[in-house]
Amino acid sequence: MSIFRLRGVHLNHCKNTAKSAPKRISVPKTVIIPMSMHIGAPARPCVKVGEDVKVGQLIGETAQGLSSPIYSGVSGKVKKIDEIILSNGTHVQTVIIESDGLQTVSESVVPPVVTNREEFLDAIGKSGIVGLGGAGFPTLVKLAADVSKIDTIVINGAECEPYITSDTRTMIDDAELVAEGIEMLMKYLEVKRTVIGIEKNKPECILSMQKATSGIDGVQVKPLPAIFPQGGEKVLVYHSVGRVIEEGKLPVDCGVIVINCTTVACIARYMHTGMPLVEKCITVDGSAIAEPQNIIVPIGTSAMDVANACGGFREPPRKIMYGGPMMGIALPDMSSPVIKQTNAILFFGRKEATPPKVTPCIKCGRCTNSCPFGLSPTEISKAYKAGDGATLEKLKVNLCMECGCCSYVCPAKRNIVQRNKLAKTMLRNYQNSKKGEAK
Amino acid sequence: MFLVSPAPHVRAKDSTTSIMLDVIIALIPTLIASVIIFGFDALALTAICVITCVIGEFVFQKICKRDVTVGDLSAVVTGMLLAFNLPASLDIWWQAIIGSLVAIIVVKQLFGGIGKNFANPAITARVMMLISFSGAMSKFPAVNDAISSATPLSGGEMPSYLRLFLGNHGGSLGETCALTLLIGGVYLLVRRVITWHTPVAFVGTVFLFALILGENPVQHILTGGLLLGAIFMATDYSTTPPTKWGKVIFGVGCGLITVLIRVFGSYPEGVSFAILFMNILTPHITSLTRRKVFGGVKK
Repeated sequence: MSIFRLRGVHLNHCKNTAKSAPKRISVPKTVIIPMSMHIGAPARPCVKVGEDVKVGQLIGETAQGLSSPIYSGVSGKVKKIDEIILSNGTHVQTVIIESDGLQTVSESVVPPVVTNREEFLDAIGKSGIVGLGGAGFPTLVKLAADVSKIDTIVINGAECEPYITSDTRTMIDDAELVAEGIEMLMKYLEVKRTVIGIEKNKPECILSMQKATSGIDGVQVKPLPAIFPQGGEKVLVYHSVGRVIEEGKLPVDCGVIVINCTTVACIARYMHTGMPLVEKCITVDGSAIAEPQNIIVPIGTSAMDVANACGGFREPPRKIMYGGPMMGIALPDMSSPVIKQTNAILFFGRKEATPPKVTPCIKCGRCTNSCPFGLSPTEISKAYKAGDGATLEKLKVNLCMECGCCSYVCPAKRNIVQRNKLAKTMLRNYQNSKKGEAK
Repeated sequence: MFLVSPAPHVRAKDSTTSIMLDVIIALIPTLIASVIIFGFDALALTAICVITCVIGEFVFQKICKRDVTVGDLSAVVTGMLLAFNLPASLDIWWQAIIGSLVAIIVVKQLFGGIGKNFANPAITARVMMLISFSGAMSKFPAVNDAISSATPLSGGEMPSYLRLFLGNHGGSLGETCALTLLIGGVYLLVRRVITWHTPVAFVGTVFLFALILGENPVQHILTGGLLLGAIFMATDYSTTPPTKWGKVIFGVGCGLITVLIRVFGSYPEGVSFAILFMNILTPHITSLTRRKVFGGVKK
């Protein structure tokens, strides 16, 4: 067991909305539901234009393999099936539904009957649940792994990104559901031990989860230091169970399944109600928004509708982000829909949004010293500029999880993590061409 | 229109300018001490060096059509550090001006400006001046009550420890007062501009090595430019290793060379040569002490 001290950065937590219990917004007039929200094959629309849909009705069928079904979060009429550009830049097919405001629930929504592992996994596959921490990895694929190797479930309650408090609210308001979900996972996956990792800046969550899980054998709540990126998968696994996920390996390879607390709550809720994943609790915050708060919105609600539900703007927004300020994606316009794994929308005003001036690197080494994994961004940058794939391989840029600590601490305000992402692509191309030559 | 830019969307407060400002603040107590010890000559010399460095950088960048970076205050730091390495009696101003221009143009700008120079500008300029203007550079002004006109290292009578600590003895204008240099060092540590590794390794090595050679280690620490060099020059970002162990190796190397030159060399002082020599080794030290990557597998 190596004693590697993972570094990171201390951020201003800005958890302004931690006390705001999520409330459901009035149903938006239209929702835009993309058929591809995460990695894997896109779903196929199974409704036609003009067709009536109800809440919880299947509108996107799963393709083979890595995929997840998509359901409608509103009742109404399918207005259009169109192609849009998603916030990550990909073109995807989209079902646009005009809601009738009645929210009639579909007959297909019935609680699943689960008695064994197969039925449990089948239910999860049908629920449309994906990793709600942000990555959106289909939960079924994660849980269907070879369970014989798994001895521990790690529940991610770190929520290390500033501003976001949707997981915080889950752990406070839905602690019972999380506990139930954990029980189900332990029962059907036959795992004896669960560790819930929660950052120490959320004492309320720690207490609430300890209370809710006190009756379950083998569940431990582990308070973790509030250092970004505590919720990164490898960081979380190392800090909560002391195991190192090596290069090219998955958590499963070291006997662990990592799953977000809100995902677990969603699983439990689905088992009770049969209502698939059609709505999402999101944190709305930032200097431009009038009333920062947590709200529950149907998937497909546009950023514009979200802003209107939160009292509109205090000042004109200059930058809009899906996700937290460290790893979130900036949106080009406000028509972008909330997707399954969206956990926050931030509206920054002029002062917060104005980008700092980039100045030359002074080689202070803060990037290296704040990298959780000990990468050397200055050297990566040099190798990238030189187009040197072999050196990039040696510097292991492929392990960069793009947490952004390096860019955050840089006194010269350089976009270091962006360079790392480009270097990762360069390395991949280099390795592919090397493989090609070998053949 | 909304701004679309890569994550992260929040940044730490520190900037290059704020870091340089911290260094300047840390140098101010020593500047005040030098004025008390050596009179207003010290202030005038510092001003000349700072002004020459800033104007030199500005004009050079204008001529070369580069972005003007004098706003980051690094030229001010270079000017101050160079002045602190000169005797206050350097009454021929053009020597100070030439030194400043060598520091800022030859050593810094010709290599690409801030962050790209491999040698410390102030140190290199001082070494150049020591060799070019040997006479003026090794004649130190008489302090208030004239104890010696030479640095104690070159064989003058050794003053008391207290006197050495307070700086009331011969030497370059910013190197004599250990008290204010240590105050500046603590300030930089608290502000996290520098880490303790290099200064402690540097001074510690000088202490141990001097002890082994039968010299008085405390005198070695309190005289000459050791504290100025260890706290302010051997911690320069672009010319020293960024890694923790790299900093330790750098400090130990500086300490060994300093004592070797002081005890066996023909120059009374070796701090500048030691730092300059270690500057050259920095890239190698950096790559030898690279952090192990978490979860990395050797292929």
